[in-house]
Amino acid sequence: MRRAPFRAGRRPRPVEPTVFGLRDLLDEALAAMLARPGRAALTVLGTLLGVAAFVAVLGLTATASGQISARFTALSATEVLVEDAPEDPATADEPYPADAEARLTRLNGVRAAGLFWQPSTGDETPLVYARPPGLGDPGEQLTVTAASPGYLDAVHAAFRAGRGFDSWHEKTGARVAVLGRAAAARLGITRVEEQPAVFVGDTAFTVIGVIDDVERHAETLLSVLVPANTASALWGAPETAGGMAPKLLIDTELGAARLIGDQAPLALRPDQPGRFKVTVPPDPKELKTGVNADLGTLFLALAAICLLIGAVGIANTTLVAVLERTGEIGLRRALGARGRHIAAQFLAESAFLGLLGGLTGASLGVVAVVATAVAQRWTPVLEPLTVLPAPLIGALTGLVAGLYPAWRATRIEPVEALRR
Amino acid sequence: MIPTLAGPPVIEFDGVGLTYPGPPPVPALHPARLRVSRGEFVTVVGPSGSGKSTFLNVTGLLDRPTEGVYRLDGIDTAALGEADRTALRGRRIGFVFQSFHLLPQRTAVENVMLAQVYTGVPRRRRRALAVEALERVGLARRMEAAASRMSGGERQRVAIARALVGEPSLLLCDEPTGNLDSGTAERVLGLLEDLHASGMTLVVVTHDPGVAARGARSVVIRDGRLTEGLTGA
Repeated sequence: MRRAPFRAGRRPRPVEPTVFGLRDLLDEALAAMLARPGRAALTVLGTLLGVAAFVAVLGLTATASGQISARFTALSATEVLVEDAPEDPATADEPYPADAEARLTRLNGVRAAGLFWQPSTGDETPLVYARPPGLGDPGEQLTVTAASPGYLDAVHAAFRAGRGFDSWHEKTGARVAVLGRAAAARLGITRVEEQPAVFVGDTAFTVIGVIDDVERHAETLLSVLVPANTASALWGAPETAGGMAPKLLIDTELGAARLIGDQAPLALRPDQPGRFKVTVPPDPKELKTGVNADLGTLFLALAAICLLIGAVGIANTTLVAVLERTGEIGLRRALGARGRHIAAQFLAESAFLGLLGGLTGASLGVVAVVATAVAQRWTPVLEPLTVLPAPLIGALTGLVAGLYPAWRATRIEPVEALRR
Repeated sequence: MIPTLAGPPVIEFDGVGLTYPGPPPVPALHPARLRVSRGEFVTVVGPSGSGKSTFLNVTGLLDRPTEGVYRLDGIDTAALGEADRTALRGRRIGFVFQSFHLLPQRTAVENVMLAQVYTGVPRRRRRALAVEALERVGLARRMEAAASRMSGGERQRVAIARALVGEPSLLLCDEPTGNLDSGTAERVLGLLEDLHASGMTLVVVTHDPGVAARGARSVVIRDGRLTEGLTGA
């Protein structure tokens, strides 16, 4: 190994060139860092914060948008709304078959489906009384909604008292009503054991249930709900009476909404599937990327600023180290180090500092994301593609920061350096 | 390895001079002839400002002469590029400085091993060679002491071990006793004499006539001019 290497086309070197092995390079850089641990710790602070911010921002954005899409998944993503939109309203017939609910619930993926509309009871907003009208009760302005029994299931109605109407009430046109929580409070009805009555105009209805809460169509809480057939019999079919056009609300299984959106018109009217306007929730994936892009940009800019500050810190410390260690640089040159060996050493030192900041920063970022998720009872979402390269970003920052100090180190004349 | 007396001289100055470009040009080293054969112990003595540093820098390949031919081990250094000059410096010259230039946090043996980094000695062989060099300078028992906890004399001996470990052709010493009290200096000079006795080629640059007298041969430098002095004490 002591032979001078001979390369074709070149005269043999008089002496074997000096080298600086990779292991030695890493050893020397590590030793230099460990020689001043306090300074190294302070130096990496900027990079640490930058990388921590980077990981935390991306992690929190992913976690938060995961939550947002989970919420959409739970509610909106399972909601399909079918509206009648005939080409020529004047000649259009009754849009929904009588067994619409049954047809839809037969579809795989439908949990509940129900028809609803606001019937025209004569007045613009009907007055609802808790006592027979004419006894001095001023009445309350409440929405009256006609609904098929499936609608109560489709809005996930939870009852505070009593129960909802069912297909028997629907079939027989029973004059029963279900009150939303707010409507019941305004009418002063809290219990249904005595079978209290409410009056819509002059028509009496027996209150059989009070809804405590719904998960969608919150306006239901301020409504008086009556069975659809009862409403049709009293106030006429929805189209003819000029009220709000009836709509179909479908509650689907998770992930089935888009499929049901395609199938529902065919199931309802195989002869005219095109007459319906179907509203399905947006694709959760598209939603998620949208949220990510919005939230991420600002905070990533912040993380970049932190990294820049970190780079300046490393550059400053490394430059100070170069000036302090002039004697050492001269010694190394005397021992056979070439300019590039000196530069490589200082670059490795600054890259090490950056890597250290990157590693601790990435760890802190992960801790921050997990802690936040735990506190909020969220599921922490960390993309491997953002967490794993984070320490490398730190190392790269350090490497770039070390360029100028390393160049300065190569400019130091050994003669000058050894004079001290 | 004990250098043999055969072969070309270690140092051969043929009209070597260094003039710093002006204006006005400053001749720091007038064209000189000098020959140091293998195994010699030569001291170069002169007052401060006489051109000792320039002589040291040129001889140590830290600075290029502006004229003349300087051959080290028979190799014409003027024809070499910077990388080859660095290689020649690292492999053939062992430096000993007045201020030791040890890395304070590292132990004696680690400081010696630093000299093996750039010459490409396999890592697994370094410690044994460094220990051997420290034994040669009589520091076998202080090998694991940090340089910052050593006395001046010990530090200079570590520095000498570091210079020896690469088996150089030339041990080039710059005021090796300048920072030492007289008792310690005496021990260091004794060590240099021992090394000379074992065949090492030594050039010691000093302002101290007492140190200069220890050499087998003394060269006087004054106002940048080299003149052969009286032969040893």
